[in-house]
Amino acid sequence: MSLLDEMKGRIKERLPELDVVIGWQRGFDPLHATPLFMRGEEDVDRLVLDPLCVHNLATYLTGLRDKKVGVVVKGCDSRSVIELLQEKLLDRENITVFGFPCEGVVSLKKIAREVDLDLVEDARVEGDTVKVTVDGGEKSFPLAEVAADKCGRCRYHNALLSDEFVGEPVTEPEADEYADVAEFESRPLEERAGHWREAMQRCIRCYACRNACPLCVCRDHCVAHCRDPHWITEQDTVDEKWFFQVIHAMHLAGRCTECGECERACPVGIPLLLLKRKLNKEVEELFDYRAGTKVEATPPLMAFQVEEENINERGW
Amino acid sequence: MMEAKFIPGDKVPAWLAELAKERRTAVPRREGGAVVFRPFDPDQPVPLGRQATTPPKGSVFPQCEPLMVFRYEKDPASPDTSQVRVKETIDETPRLVVGGRPCDARGFATFDRVYDAEDVKDLNYLARREHTAFITMACPRPSSTCFCHWVGSGPADTECSDVLMTPVEGGYVLEPVTETGGELLQSSLLEDAGKRLDEAHAVHKRAAEGLGEAPDLSETPGKLLELFDDMGFWEEVSAKCISCGACTYLCPTCYCFNITDEACGAEGARLRTWDNCMSYQFTMEASGHNPRPTKAHRLKNRVGHKFSYYPTIHGGAIACCGCGRCIKHCPVSVDIREIVLKATAAESAEQE
Repeated sequence: MSLLDEMKGRIKERLPELDVVIGWQRGFDPLHATPLFMRGEEDVDRLVLDPLCVHNLATYLTGLRDKKVGVVVKGCDSRSVIELLQEKLLDRENITVFGFPCEGVVSLKKIAREVDLDLVEDARVEGDTVKVTVDGGEKSFPLAEVAADKCGRCRYHNALLSDEFVGEPVTEPEADEYADVAEFESRPLEERAGHWREAMQRCIRCYACRNACPLCVCRDHCVAHCRDPHWITEQDTVDEKWFFQVIHAMHLAGRCTECGECERACPVGIPLLLLKRKLNKEVEELFDYRAGTKVEATPPLMAFQVEEENINERGW
Repeated sequence: MMEAKFIPGDKVPAWLAELAKERRTAVPRREGGAVVFRPFDPDQPVPLGRQATTPPKGSVFPQCEPLMVFRYEKDPASPDTSQVRVKETIDETPRLVVGGRPCDARGFATFDRVYDAEDVKDLNYLARREHTAFITMACPRPSSTCFCHWVGSGPADTECSDVLMTPVEGGYVLEPVTETGGELLQSSLLEDAGKRLDEAHAVHKRAAEGLGEAPDLSETPGKLLELFDDMGFWEEVSAKCISCGACTYLCPTCYCFNITDEACGAEGARLRTWDNCMSYQFTMEASGHNPRPTKAHRLKNRVGHKFSYYPTIHGGAIACCGCGRCIKHCPVSVDIREIVLKATAAESAEQE
């Protein structure tokens, strides 16, 4: 039985006890998947499950806290569910997790470098190859080449938490050493500042980065929109946009599970994940901690210890 | 009679450089995988082959603009009282936008009915609108997200454009639409279009055919109103929406704004900023009551505004130009076409 059929079967089995199960279906073209809210068996028949299923569906969970919700998760998405449980933003008994092994999702931005996404006629994934038809001509891309960058670094391909796990777990790769962050940090300060200034100039302040983030939970009380006090001005200057992104990154330090939804959701291609990874690298070095890996752990910035092991507070 | 011209592809940068001397000229530029409008720079390539990620809406209606600046001044004779001095900020800089699509330019028709109405004139908007010219690129072929023909437009629509530019073999045919457009075509770099005009019109025809049949939306305004209280419908169609503002900020027809006074010390500005009906604060009232508390209420407003309330008060004109950016760039692929069709069909199903 295919992974998809097995998943459909498991969801149909559990559906009667749940209000909704969130998965993916085909979107407006064959290359785009879109979130699917399954309430009846006929909805389950629309489910798709392949590397085009890019969204982190854990994003919807805090908004459905009073419902019995099932959610289909990849490894990275499962970390978001764990982090939300750790922070007591979800009730374990209300969540049913359908996990599966993921070997990477497609970055549509990478595909867009090769073909015009506006003209996609067909797309499918066969084994390790993504096949896209544009203008009557089919192009093949090895999944490894068009997978999102986060997938190349991922250590958690198998869902870390699941009530129903479908498929055979895959072997987990070696540790992520934050080589991308180290490389960026090795550049001159002015170059790094210029990189962010240029990127922030494009920002349209739509906050798709924030709303796509499963750990952005201030919801209607975000600092970006708070009117009293009016923390951030309405001006659309680079400084204001950068200010928000730094606050966003700081709020996610040690909480961000690096699903990359902020970066994927950005309509103007701002590489936001790098900022989040910088903060996570700091947290890992200081607290030996990675967000969303153990349900029973307490995120370090939500805990207090008089003496931190890796922080030499009195050595001066 | 103004005549159509032709410009060879390799002469476009020189022509743009000439135009940029007379007017502040915005053109598409590729930045980080996105295509955005930026001031013309002779050292940067101008990608004209695809729809830009962001519309050129900001050239006429900036994301943030000061409507006026103010300053409080104390009266030395009476230190307890102060006077406020106010200065309007009307911008009449001559501008030009090159390389938007017909949908992008036509977006301003939606604005005009609101900001250039008989009883209300928005002077800041009108000053920019009047002084901005558009050289628009006709679409040679539709994208999977395009639906301009649903809303009464088409790939070679000239509404709100001054010149229509069409890609043909070896360059572009330039058809003047307005008198300003004729003035923009005086350069010695341009040749007579001659028979290439027929070629351009063939491009228009092919693109229009590529869009296929448009559904009949004449009943849609009424049907959306009938669904107004059916929150089950709106919760279902908005379930996957993450309530960000990407759709509204990328939309060439979204014109809602917010006004805030921002002061530092004795000086400040009254700022007008794009607002976003997907945001909780959009209808937040001073009392604390919010008539649109959920994303379902807010998406209902977005669809209703474009396809029902606006057409009802503006002679049937739909407040959507069919550019498809809200679909293409939505992080979760919410498809407004699907919602409109579902709403249009919902009531018919009940009648059966």
